[in-house]
Amino acid sequence: MLKAKNKTGLVFFPAFDWAIDPTHPEREERLLYTKDQVFEEGIMDIEGIIEYKPLKVTRNEINRAHFCVPDIESVTTNSHFISAGGAKAIAQKFAQGEIDKGFALVRPPGHHAMRVVHGGRGFCNINIEAVMIEYLRKEYGYRKIAIVDTDCHHGDGTQDVYWHDPDVLFISLHQDGRTLYPGSGFTDELGGPNACGYTLNIPLPPNTSEEGYLYTIENCVLPVLEEFKPDIIVNSAGQDNHYTDPITNMNFTAQGYAKLTTLLNPDIAVLEGGYSIEAALPYVNAGIILAMAGIDYSKVKEPDYSPEKLKESADTMKYIKNVCEKVLAVWDSRNDLKKKIYGNDPIFKTKRNIMYDTDGIYERQFQHITNCDKCGGALKIDSESDRGWKITGIHAPVNVCEKCLLQAEKWYETSNSEINYFHDNKNDRFERKKH
Amino acid sequence: MIIGIDVGGTHTDGVLLSEDEIVKSVKIPTKKDNLYESVITAIDSLIENTDPSKIKRTVLSTTLTTNAVVQKKTSPVAVIVSAGPGIDPEFYKTGDYYCVVKGALDHRGRELASLDEQEIRSISEEIKKNGIKNIALISKFSPRNPSHENQMEKIFSSNFRNIFKGHNVSGHLNFPGRINTTWLNAAVHDSYDNFFRSVNESFIERKIKSPVHILKADGGTMPLSQSVKFPAQTIFSGPAASVMGAIPCADKNTDSIILDIGGTTTDIAVLAKGVPVIAQNGIKIQNIKTLIRAIETRSIGAGGDSFVKVENSKISAGPERKGPAMAFGGEFPTPTDAFVFLGEINDGDFEKAKKGIEEIATPLGISMEEAAEQIIDITAKNIVDAFTEMISDINNKPVYTLHDFLDGYVLNPQSILVLGGPAGVFAKRIEKLSGIKTIPVENFSIANAKGAAMAKPTCTVTLFADTAQKKAYAVSENYEESIPSNYTREDAYAKAKALLYAKAEKMGADMKNIEIETIEDMSFNMIRGYRSSGKNIRITLQVRPGLVSE
Repeated sequence: MLKAKNKTGLVFFPAFDWAIDPTHPEREERLLYTKDQVFEEGIMDIEGIIEYKPLKVTRNEINRAHFCVPDIESVTTNSHFISAGGAKAIAQKFAQGEIDKGFALVRPPGHHAMRVVHGGRGFCNINIEAVMIEYLRKEYGYRKIAIVDTDCHHGDGTQDVYWHDPDVLFISLHQDGRTLYPGSGFTDELGGPNACGYTLNIPLPPNTSEEGYLYTIENCVLPVLEEFKPDIIVNSAGQDNHYTDPITNMNFTAQGYAKLTTLLNPDIAVLEGGYSIEAALPYVNAGIILAMAGIDYSKVKEPDYSPEKLKESADTMKYIKNVCEKVLAVWDSRNDLKKKIYGNDPIFKTKRNIMYDTDGIYERQFQHITNCDKCGGALKIDSESDRGWKITGIHAPVNVCEKCLLQAEKWYETSNSEINYFHDNKNDRFERKKH
Repeated sequence: MIIGIDVGGTHTDGVLLSEDEIVKSVKIPTKKDNLYESVITAIDSLIENTDPSKIKRTVLSTTLTTNAVVQKKTSPVAVIVSAGPGIDPEFYKTGDYYCVVKGALDHRGRELASLDEQEIRSISEEIKKNGIKNIALISKFSPRNPSHENQMEKIFSSNFRNIFKGHNVSGHLNFPGRINTTWLNAAVHDSYDNFFRSVNESFIERKIKSPVHILKADGGTMPLSQSVKFPAQTIFSGPAASVMGAIPCADKNTDSIILDIGGTTTDIAVLAKGVPVIAQNGIKIQNIKTLIRAIETRSIGAGGDSFVKVENSKISAGPERKGPAMAFGGEFPTPTDAFVFLGEINDGDFEKAKKGIEEIATPLGISMEEAAEQIIDITAKNIVDAFTEMISDINNKPVYTLHDFLDGYVLNPQSILVLGGPAGVFAKRIEKLSGIKTIPVENFSIANAKGAAMAKPTCTVTLFADTAQKKAYAVSENYEESIPSNYTREDAYAKAKALLYAKAEKMGADMKNIEIETIEDMSFNMIRGYRSSGKNIRITLQVRPGLVSE
């Protein structure tokens, strides 16, 4: 009889009654055939695989990761509370030692949601991984966290939330931003001044297949993880690198995803995108679950799977090897990057503009971050959108040092935007004032 | 008048009912190697001096299938499966001959690979040579399209009579569960068929012409003649009989817990507003996953004869039983001895019970009264903890829609009904510990037989419609129809309802008082590109378990 080598927890929340709109890729039908396949395979009955009901996250659990403008209610629906709650349920069972591994198969996704949320970006409103990770850090004291984002789109939201945090290593593998939304995720995006080198982007060329993708995991991602020595590895498990995905241009497969999961060996996986709902998702999800549980997945293949047709070209392989080398060189020189790129001001200032494709919003940001060698630094974000909101969000990370916390408090006292947020993750203090 | 018989592991109970009132009851030891004889002995004693034409209905609950599985007295079965992409079907190997053949369907029932008829023909010949007589045919995703199983049956039917097909078992998607359940039906068929023939002949001899029904694991009945095709469904009908027997004592407007406290174990079940909570997706038998719908029950090792000992200066009770209470000739102290010592049970040998309690009290340096109280409290606490966990588990079952997450039914039991030998003495301890009103069920020793007698027929229908493929199926009803592309959820619901009514009537239901419950009712727009290519509709309806007089 089948038995899981790793006790694996699953939250399956397909939200069969929720859609962004009826014909949107993020619609009721998205995980229907995945459910059919997973249930027909009898996966939930395998000894050592346990299905859990999602939890619902609290408002403050969202506040740890986001400044929601003008408030949480305006930018979320119940589906976001439950989707993030699915990831939280897995994190809780994992942290309590009830399971060895866990997979939150939930929707809607979250990896394009940044720290400031004016609305939906890339189908995402709340960053479900970030909410989960802040929960793990605050409630269970996890310190060093690695996120490996294997969605086909650059995980720009997660990158933004952890841009300044040297305790959270963020690695994103994705189709090159010159050819796909959101158009970012280049090798020179390396993290903020206090966390330089702790954001790594691996842009892969269109048509990357099993060979190139798995090469990147083995030769670029695994060596970095080896050195970083995280307490926990989280995989943002998007499934849109698949050769049948309608909105991307890659050649990855169910076998590839399962092997990737075996190689990466994540503690927790959280579903992100993936919109080939019949030809890919049923097989990819079954493959990932079996790989996490340590069960044979050699026969989990798409009905039309043909490795010959999807063979990596020599040019693509050469290109990929080159990208990997570049990324490794950055990682190796991470201790010298700060001075070289950012200098040594006591407070660093940056400006940026952000597009919200899903809700059609345009945001302008002005950021202040303290220069600190002890913590991720105090962060102040002045943000305004073309919807008319002007806010100031002040964030102190869970590992904030006393000096930076004082600076954060000082900023809050003097800030006088329309809405002013003070989010101190160390003390779980969430305040706001209006002007 | 109605006859109800519950053949249990130790005793066979029988009642003769007239207008819900027990006219006569009987309790005899079960003959383990001849259940049929136990049934007939009970019936003969019940109908003595009764005009057989006055018997309107007989319901039997037997452990025949359970025994066959537990004692591994099953017939040889050849299991043929076709699978396609997914977990290697070799992992699901079961039966005495197991073979994976070519052919595959996908999640919408579309053919991915066709069957190889030549291959199946030669397998059929080989099995015939091996002397195996019962065949189980299962293809992956057959609830979405039964044609491969039907095609295989056609080939096998030239060599075999006893053929069981996966899609007849359930419309629920679960390939390994379907393999196991189909195998189980085939494996217990022979012994069940013998039983069926003997019972039939005896009823003819006794001139009882009214229908004979058999109790299923879900607390409903089906006609004896139909049960021959699905003998697996009669598994665990014993616990179902007890639950049905407790229903008359339950409040119909609130939830209740049913405890059947025996010597070794306590069986727990739950009623939601008077209706048993059902495990819709099937239960495990001896750790084998099946698709047999059953009353959700949990069994824990706590009862009147639980083995009591002192370990690390603490009293523990159960989960094992090491024989009867000392008061009744056993070797080790038990909760029953504590009750005897405290004078709450006026039976058995008081001095021996006292000796048992002393064995526990002395090493702990506490009074015998205190030891006896502690023994009972610990046993009661084990029971309370188990049903609290069970309620929590049911309330925390995974759900797949926002609606079910936010507005799903939450069990909140307001009363506990206790059956079984030590029910009366345990009731007030359980009430004190749980804070929930606890009521011993009257006449509990024959409540199970009465429960069987009064159980109504139950059935389910699952309908799957795919308007892009222009097909609707209710596979367990052998229903298959071409549908127009404008077929709606309402059309599907109406069809499913009609099929359910037809099935219920065949099952012998009282059609005037039929109550339908919707288990699943979903319609998905299938969008390809930016256009709708059709609808994917899933409807599951059931006739809920209940009692005939309601």
